[in-house]
Amino acid sequence: MNPLERYAPLVDDEAAFFAACERPLPSVVRVNTIKTAPERARRALEHEGIEYEPVGWHDQLLRLPEATPGTNWPYFHGWLHGQEEVSAVPALVLDPQPGERIWDSCAAPGSKTTQLSAIMDDRGVVVGNDNNLGRLSSLRHNAERLGVTNLVVTNQDGRNFSFNPFEFDEFDRAIVDAPCSCEGTVRKNPTTLEEWTLEHVHSVAAVQKGILSRAVQATKPGGTVVYSTCTFAPEENEAVVDHVLETEDCEVVGFDCPLDSVSGITEWEDDSYDSSVKQTHRIYPHLNDTGGFYCAKLEVGG
Amino acid sequence: MSGETENVGQQFGRLPATAADREVEGRVSREAVLGFFANRFGIDPAVFEGFSFWEKGKGKIWIFAADAPSPIRVEGLGMTVLRTRQEHWKPTQSAIQRFGGHASKNVIEIGGEAAAAFARGEDQELDWDGDWGYLIAARDVGGEREPIGVGLYVYGELRSTVPKGNQESLPPLAAE
Repeated sequence: MNPLERYAPLVDDEAAFFAACERPLPSVVRVNTIKTAPERARRALEHEGIEYEPVGWHDQLLRLPEATPGTNWPYFHGWLHGQEEVSAVPALVLDPQPGERIWDSCAAPGSKTTQLSAIMDDRGVVVGNDNNLGRLSSLRHNAERLGVTNLVVTNQDGRNFSFNPFEFDEFDRAIVDAPCSCEGTVRKNPTTLEEWTLEHVHSVAAVQKGILSRAVQATKPGGTVVYSTCTFAPEENEAVVDHVLETEDCEVVGFDCPLDSVSGITEWEDDSYDSSVKQTHRIYPHLNDTGGFYCAKLEVGG
Repeated sequence: MSGETENVGQQFGRLPATAADREVEGRVSREAVLGFFANRFGIDPAVFEGFSFWEKGKGKIWIFAADAPSPIRVEGLGMTVLRTRQEHWKPTQSAIQRFGGHASKNVIEIGGEAAAAFARGEDQELDWDGDWGYLIAARDVGGEREPIGVGLYVYGELRSTVPKGNQESLPPLAAE
């Protein structure tokens, strides 16, 4: 059985949902504003005769219908980075400010991490952590290519991240783009669903709860924590947020999602979740012709 | 005082302000790094104001947008900027792409197929009247100079030092 059948009762238009999951994903790049301005990158693409379509909701995202993102001069200069449209959302929701200290708990391969640095004008500090040493080399490679200088790379288990290397002991904001069952990336990786098991969903959800809890603890009172996944599974989304609402001092805050989305759900199978998770966002592939995504914004109490 | 007196490969140590402030044997100073970029490429030291410089492993210099305790054990601290182990210091591709636009000398402008060969990592014969050694290879983008990478000019030849992981087969640059 296709695991996505589980979500048929959640979507408004089942046929459109399944059809979108079958289509390949459009190729999208983000303009790296550390190295150039969006207008200059667009002119350079035009000069090279590379077709692009602007993404209406964000001037730093461009769809490249014909091209492989990595084989053009603007990319070679580090002006462009291949990044799925929907994956640009959580960094914008986090809204980090130049000079702040930001924790990216699951940073590799670094699309969101380097986007955070760009939003901060490469000032302040982004601590990009990942527990997988192998994946850290792709994070380092991407950060170098994009000219990022405000990134500190650490290799810790996010669930018990230690401030030991640093002279500070709290972050202004944190982002948990958690490892997940990746159902929402099916348009990019069709084999994702072949490897799907409910056991994996439950075991990865336990890890997600641990990392998100640590992110709330590590963020200053009044600070923002953004939680995101590329899966539809409520066990990995609303249930994880519901868990930290119970165990940590934080609350869900609403935000305007720049893409079409639907509210988080409060009932799933035998479980029910705190009503505030309605202010979190589910993005289904057929809504904006993107991958699938989930995004929640939390404010730390205290 | 850090108590650090020799270079340890697994940690980053902040460069001393000047050679006189040096605690770790052989470590270059911030003043020397800024002097290198000013003397070799004419990059104003003010460009690096607000950045700190660090060494991890012998002669591998990194640039960081903020400050941190020294020494610090992390996997990365900012961006690699310079290799100082050899007699001739070599700026990194990432540093030159990010800061090379501020250079006023030892910049070789290339275009067309020469730029494409450079991006592929190839050596090529080119005329150059200036100094031998490390040059900034740059191109023109709409009347503005844009650095491509670092080349080593010797014996009438420009040797591309674009790292393997960044080399790319690109079309010849179209004239602006």
